[in-house]
Amino acid sequence: MPADIALPASAPLSARPPRRRARRVTTEPGWFRAALIATVLTLLALLLFLPLWEVFSQALSEGFGAAVASLGNPDARHAILLTLLTALVAVPMNAAFGIAAAWMIAKFDFRGKAFLITLIDLPFSVSPVVAGLCLTLLFGSGSALGAFMIAHGMQVVFAVPGIILATMFVTFPFVARELIPVMQEQGRAEEEAALTLGASGWRTFRTVTLPNIRWALLYGVLLCNARAMGEFGAVAVISGKIRGETITMPLMIEMSYNEYLTVAAFTMAALLASLGLVMLTAKTLLEWRFADQLAARHRH
Amino acid sequence: MRGLSLRSPSPMPGFGLAAGITFTLLSLVVLIPIAALIARGADIGLAHFLATVGTERVLSALWLSFRLAFLAALFNLVLGLAVAWMLARYDFPGRRLIDAAVDLPFALPTAVAGIALTTLYAPNGLVGHVFQGFGVRIAYTELGIWLALVFVSLPFVVRTVQPVIEEIEREVEEASATLGAHRLRTFVRVILPMLTPALLTGFALGLARAVGEYGSVIFIAGNLPYKTEIAPLLIVIRLEEFDYEGAICIALAMLAISFLMLLVINLVQVLSRRRYGNA
Repeated sequence: MPADIALPASAPLSARPPRRRARRVTTEPGWFRAALIATVLTLLALLLFLPLWEVFSQALSEGFGAAVASLGNPDARHAILLTLLTALVAVPMNAAFGIAAAWMIAKFDFRGKAFLITLIDLPFSVSPVVAGLCLTLLFGSGSALGAFMIAHGMQVVFAVPGIILATMFVTFPFVARELIPVMQEQGRAEEEAALTLGASGWRTFRTVTLPNIRWALLYGVLLCNARAMGEFGAVAVISGKIRGETITMPLMIEMSYNEYLTVAAFTMAALLASLGLVMLTAKTLLEWRFADQLAARHRH
Repeated sequence: MRGLSLRSPSPMPGFGLAAGITFTLLSLVVLIPIAALIARGADIGLAHFLATVGTERVLSALWLSFRLAFLAALFNLVLGLAVAWMLARYDFPGRRLIDAAVDLPFALPTAVAGIALTTLYAPNGLVGHVFQGFGVRIAYTELGIWLALVFVSLPFVVRTVQPVIEEIEREVEEASATLGAHRLRTFVRVILPMLTPALLTGFALGLARAVGEYGSVIFIAGNLPYKTEIAPLLIVIRLEEFDYEGAICIALAMLAISFLMLLVINLVQVLSRRRYGNA
């Protein structure tokens, strides 16, 4: 017990024995902590916060009216609708895939499970440009399949289906990667209990599994959606960048930027950045509120 | 049973349906398209492949992409460890905001990041003109490409290492201090080995992301052939010239080098696990 606690409050200061502060052995010296925090915050400001601020300040550089007016252009509107449509198809498809893959991997034991997980992660180690190239080769007029589909009126390359497929490719692992660890941790005791009590497989999934994974599913969907709306490389390759037809929001940003339409480019960018910020906020709230129901790496 | 059948018996329903959906979508979206690339590559033949990849322009693009991605991932190894350590161990105002902001590169589309970084770091930009005063150009140089790659691969190391730091038991550090090790020695000899597998995982993820990055780089790169032209951009240029063979060759070279690198990192990881136990 430190000696100074026993001293009466009225004791003159000079009567206190020199106080030796115990050195905390499991942390760094104060000067080191302060220096590290200052350095890291400076770097993060330069890398993260200033670019974000730049997006909004450039968008509003000619006033709010000019920014809003740039979105009124029919090409811009078409790009926004196309991006929404792409996310609306690609994200639910990948969510369905994620649930199916997680169900298979977490609730069953089979050979080659590790290999299957590696295959699911494959899109993370393939450049989006290469992903776009793969799809272009498969569905383009140069391949037998592509030629057949074009002959029957199904255009994939330089058309909306190609954009959706490319988006699905790059966002493919997001939901599955989020759900697999959560479902593995939950095991299958609860589902087995429901089945024993006579529930059908579908009912077990709906009333037992789904409530258990809903927040993790939402988390995965948020990440998937953010990437889907912002995907650039893969979509740039397969879309053919046909104005008013296959231009998504990120491609529209590139086009406006290259034409020196700064306000238009940054307004579109600000719109996407705002969506990203909403996503980030929702994701952070999930981490704070439902940490116990998310994958272990999000529990702070 | 397990030895005989492909999967062990289970009372759970829905294996067939789940496997059906999984394999159908995985094949349609990912595996068959990649197989198409490899099949078309196989038609080209090794001699032609080597001749195409061996040109100076392709080689310098590949070298630039992999070198800068490696340097960016290396920088993020250090910065990521510092950020993760700070978020896990120190208390400072705005800690939760910083924690959330680390994922900004995941939330911000690459094209958005690209034009924002370019205007910011261009010679007349807010930060760029300060560096210009010291005679350092960032945008339209290798430094700019590196910066964009640091941006996109920033969250990976933080997010893999942070939970591991949070799980370290203080007793271990106390034991080390009691035995007379000073803080730096404790960090290097006790803590760092525990973090190595997570650090390597984050490094590999960041590297893979940086190697393939296109959207944020093309704005800031300047895109001069032989100088600031990254490999993914060269693939796009070849495609725009309808030189499909050229694009396929560069893509296959990128895939091959990427997988080789990830293989080496996995190997290092296995070795470090063997040395330090399964931390």
